[in-house]
Amino acid sequence: MFDRLKGIIKKEFYHIFRDQRTLLILFGIPIVQIVLFGFAISNEIKNVKIAVLDLSKDEHSTQITDKVLSTSYFDLDSYLTTFDEIDDGFQKGRIKAALVFPPKFGETLRKENKADVQIISDATDPNTGTQIGSYLQLQVQQYLMEQELKITSMPPPALINTEVEMRYNPELKSVYMFVPGLITIILMLVCTMMTSIAITREKETGTMEVLLASPMHASIILLGKVIPYLLLSFVNASFIIALGKFIFEVPVMGSYALLIGEIILYCLVVLALGIFVSTVAETQQLALMISLFALFLPTMLLSGFIFPIENMPLPLQIVSKIVPATYFNIIIKSIMLKGATLSFILKETLILVGIFFLLMGVSIKRFKIRLE
Amino acid sequence: MDSEKIIETTKLTKAFGDFKAVNEISFDVKKGEIFGFLGANGAGKSTAMKMLTGLLSPTSGEATVAGFDVFTQQEKIKKNIGYMSQKFSLYDDLSLLENIKFFGGIYGLSKEQLNERGNTMIERLGLSDVRNKLLKEVPLGWKQKIAFSVATLHQPKIVFLDEPTGGVDPITRRQFWEMIYEAADNGTTVFVTTHYMDEAEYCNRISMMVDGRIAGYGSPKELKSDFNSENMDEVFVKIARGENYKLQ
Repeated sequence: MFDRLKGIIKKEFYHIFRDQRTLLILFGIPIVQIVLFGFAISNEIKNVKIAVLDLSKDEHSTQITDKVLSTSYFDLDSYLTTFDEIDDGFQKGRIKAALVFPPKFGETLRKENKADVQIISDATDPNTGTQIGSYLQLQVQQYLMEQELKITSMPPPALINTEVEMRYNPELKSVYMFVPGLITIILMLVCTMMTSIAITREKETGTMEVLLASPMHASIILLGKVIPYLLLSFVNASFIIALGKFIFEVPVMGSYALLIGEIILYCLVVLALGIFVSTVAETQQLALMISLFALFLPTMLLSGFIFPIENMPLPLQIVSKIVPATYFNIIIKSIMLKGATLSFILKETLILVGIFFLLMGVSIKRFKIRLE
Repeated sequence: MDSEKIIETTKLTKAFGDFKAVNEISFDVKKGEIFGFLGANGAGKSTAMKMLTGLLSPTSGEATVAGFDVFTQQEKIKKNIGYMSQKFSLYDDLSLLENIKFFGGIYGLSKEQLNERGNTMIERLGLSDVRNKLLKEVPLGWKQKIAFSVATLHQPKIVFLDEPTGGVDPITRRQFWEMIYEAADNGTTVFVTTHYMDEAEYCNRISMMVDGRIAGYGSPKELKSDFNSENMDEVFVKIARGENYKLQ
């Protein structure tokens, strides 16, 4: 029994390591994704090019400019002299924002205890535009607070000081979100897509029939086919966590044992999904289509990996509730970033266990019916 | 069970809803004979064969294969038979030796048995040069012989061949039948489906299925005289037209 299982597993590894496309999907995609998400796709405000149009050139305007440029958020593109140059800078893509001081800025500030600064931000990308705007605003306000007592003889107006702490990700790094998210996505890709294709391929070539005609029980056949992918998924997940930790400095706050346990649970769920797909699809092509469009895209878009679930319209929120990745995304983020223990993610864990048994039950039933 | 009869069915039926793919077929196969199972596509050959190989549960009737009941002892049946599907299903991305080891292994052969029988087989087929080559580099005609040898590696009592000669040239078919004879000479019962009527002549006995029923049954000689025909082609045409439903 065990020898036979070993035989199938060995054979499956031959298939995997002899097919370059499989290898590419297994190991190429995770690397490309993590590099893309880690380096290229970044929500962070860093070294944003800005232009300054200072029509006042007084003590305050220069000090504010200096303060803004002294942060790592903003880099000076140029000092401008006319408004027209601002448009020009935006259109040529040289700058993302402009800071405008009106004439007699400092003087007005001293006399009237208030003055206007204009911040112009490129909102073709609304999120970044808003973010740049508020970062600039923050710099100006901080300057004012520092100067408050110096520039005015009047007592400062009553202030409510809000102190925002960005807990779990103080530097607001987007890799903190991408690394756990990527593990979710890639495990799904490897387990579901690869197993469903591997099983349907045997149906296409007729070898599945030969296997089923052998004295081996159908469950041993299935087990032998999915174990290699389980192992490889695990390698993949470890690889991503290591990359995240050593290159992008994404911490693992919680226990590794719990993390590993949850990763295995999630792998089982998506493997079951892969088996289910293979009972629906007769050909590799169909299996690929179902995996990509019916499973992979919704997982990517609806699991809370990219878009927050709370902001979705109700029907999509309901869909997101049946996507297993939604729960795993919560689990893995909680463990890695918040250091959660099992009791905090018990609900999600139990839901995944439930989904696993449901999918396995349906798949085994369908697998048998298919034989009829 | 008659010790001579290695397969025996009585009114074996498989229904899918209202449709009876196999409708009360009764026949027997004697130990060591080459039994041809003929019929047009969709006549119910594959369904009948799947029931006999334990891939499919019958709806009603009775059948034993190698002395085991097809309803309750499917796992035991599977241990005693070999099966070759119509696609000569081996793994293209595994070498000849790896295929032998894998398929032998799933039938529970030990390492020593695998080595010994595998080597004998490779030598007998004259394939020593390609033993470590991936199967996709091996010509189709060879693959089919390999598939047959692999299906009989565990020395089953009965080997089921599902259209084993589909899509290969006449010379290769001829050579393939020589292998079948050899297996039969060694005491293996061969159960073969085909739609090549000339191949029917090579069988000891045959049954012809039409619309889920057995419409002709006996040795090629008997059938030719029963249907007053020159060759099996003619027999088949007459049977397919519905002339003289002789049996059942």
